[in-house]
Amino acid sequence: MTDQPAIQVEDLHKRFGTVEVLKGVSLTARPGDVVAVIGGSGSGKSTMLRCINLLETPSAGRISIKGEAYEMRSVRGEMEPANRKQVQRIRAHLGMVFQSFNLWPHRTVLGNVTEVPIHVLGVKRAEAEARAIAVLERVGLGDKRDAWPAQLSGGQQQRCAIARVLAVEPTAMLFDEPTSALDPELVNEVLSVIRDLASEKRTMILVTHEMAFARDVATHVIFLRDGRIEEEGPPEQIFGAPRSPHLQQFIRSVA
Amino acid sequence: MPDIDIPARPTPASPARILARGVRGLMMPHRIAMALVALAGLVAMVLMMDWSWLPAYLPRLWAGLGMTLAMLGASVVFGFLIALPLGVAQVIGPRPLRWLALGFCTVIRGTPLLLQLWLIYFGLGSLFAQFPELRETWLWPYLRQAWPYGLFALTISFAAYQGEVMRGAFAGVPYGELEAARAFGMSRGKVFRRVWFPRALYRALPTLSGEIILQLKSTPLLATITVTDLYAVITRVRQATFLTYEPLLFLVAVYLCLSAVLIGVLRWMETRVPQHG
Ligand SMILES: Nc1ncnc2c1ncn2[C@@H]1O[C@H](COP(=O)(O)OP(=O)(O)OP(=O)(O)O)[C@@H](O)[C@H]1O
Ligand SMILES: [Mg+2]
Repeated sequence: MTDQPAIQVEDLHKRFGTVEVLKGVSLTARPGDVVAVIGGSGSGKSTMLRCINLLETPSAGRISIKGEAYEMRSVRGEMEPANRKQVQRIRAHLGMVFQSFNLWPHRTVLGNVTEVPIHVLGVKRAEAEARAIAVLERVGLGDKRDAWPAQLSGGQQQRCAIARVLAVEPTAMLFDEPTSALDPELVNEVLSVIRDLASEKRTMILVTHEMAFARDVATHVIFLRDGRIEEEGPPEQIFGAPRSPHLQQFIRSVA
Repeated sequence: MPDIDIPARPTPASPARILARGVRGLMMPHRIAMALVALAGLVAMVLMMDWSWLPAYLPRLWAGLGMTLAMLGASVVFGFLIALPLGVAQVIGPRPLRWLALGFCTVIRGTPLLLQLWLIYFGLGSLFAQFPELRETWLWPYLRQAWPYGLFALTISFAAYQGEVMRGAFAGVPYGELEAARAFGMSRGKVFRRVWFPRALYRALPTLSGEIILQLKSTPLLATITVTDLYAVITRVRQATFLTYEPLLFLVAVYLCLSAVLIGVLRWMETRVPQHG
């Protein structure tokens, strides 16, 4: 294992119009790290996560994946990706799991999982399917490979979305509140899949409202408030001995 | 809230099941009554009316039917190909292009097809006649006939209606599905080919059969610019035989059969395509 961070974010700023949503956020995820991001609604968690794969374009700052920084240029004072090919290449190995799953409903479960390996990464179909079947087993959907997304429960859809990410052999996995859209009884099946992946030392950044889960799986916790990192540290410290009054209040409010 | 709200997919029916369901559907009392009325009407028509002209005109009727179907098929295919950029342009085109596509669809959909047909046939026809150079080109043999003008008018008409449908279909694909494709490193072209376009197409398919039936029912207008489609042949029959009802009833039967076949084929196509939400 190299010491190179899988993800490094330095002094990230993001403005929407005149509103500054991120006001200088930095974070480092080394290989095997599970970074949990917590914070109130509107604190900028999703925006930060979406800057990492450039679904949102940062207004300022530097983001590098495995030591490779996104090439940006400035057009009329606004930052903009300078090299679309580079962005696509990096994205292909940064799997994202969305709150609302965002599976492709016109492809089967297997089709969803093989889509990116075959059509973006150029893996041969037979190889991609063999691998897809393995990752579907992994998330407990081995018997659903020919089902359509619409035939799955929310929890199964989210596990399929996780399989879709695993199939690209991600450098890091980005989770944006992966269980927030699920019925309470379906949350655990998804969390237990993520827990397994965390225990395999996969790198991930996990935005979540599930505090007990974050405490359990995270190696590092970041508390975002109003576009800034208000406090960060190992989970025992963040949840056991929070220093900032806002964090204390936040933990009380969600407990 | 998840933004995917998809009705459960019906289990795919086997042909035997479809047939059984169809037969059971036909056994409803009101259907039986209607079928009996239709049968009685048919018997009365065959026995009491004059069908002696039919054999002699059969070759010409076949030719007319061929013309009708060729016009329908070609205008649907070409019209659909034009409808795709019309739909895309209205959703993500730069403003001038968006206005242009919207304007085209609005004008064509807002004016009678008959008017368009005549403007194109008589207007373009007399315009071309003013350029003697055209007579030397390979185009001239086509420009002298009526059907290219008819095909052109039918095509832009279908394109305008289907362009509006495609606009809605493209706009209705949930943004998250496209965003997921981008997040996995697909280029813009790939997002379009692999996600946006197929999703829009499957969404538009259920309305396609209705549009094609409407198009079929527009084809008789071609007879007004001297294209010899089925309707034009029947008009000749009426003029030659002085019969009124028999040729028209024949026409009704043929259009009904064509509609029924088209609906059946398109329904079948819809069941072949993954259509979930
Ligand atoms: N595309 C956008 N345009 C304008 N404002 C935006 C946009 N996306 C997010 N914002 C604003 O940025 C702020 C941070 O949003 P973000 O979605 O990152 O919050 P969050 O921490 O993920 O909240 P939640 O827990 O509700 O998901 C919010 O005030 C939001 O209104
Ligand atoms: Mg969010």
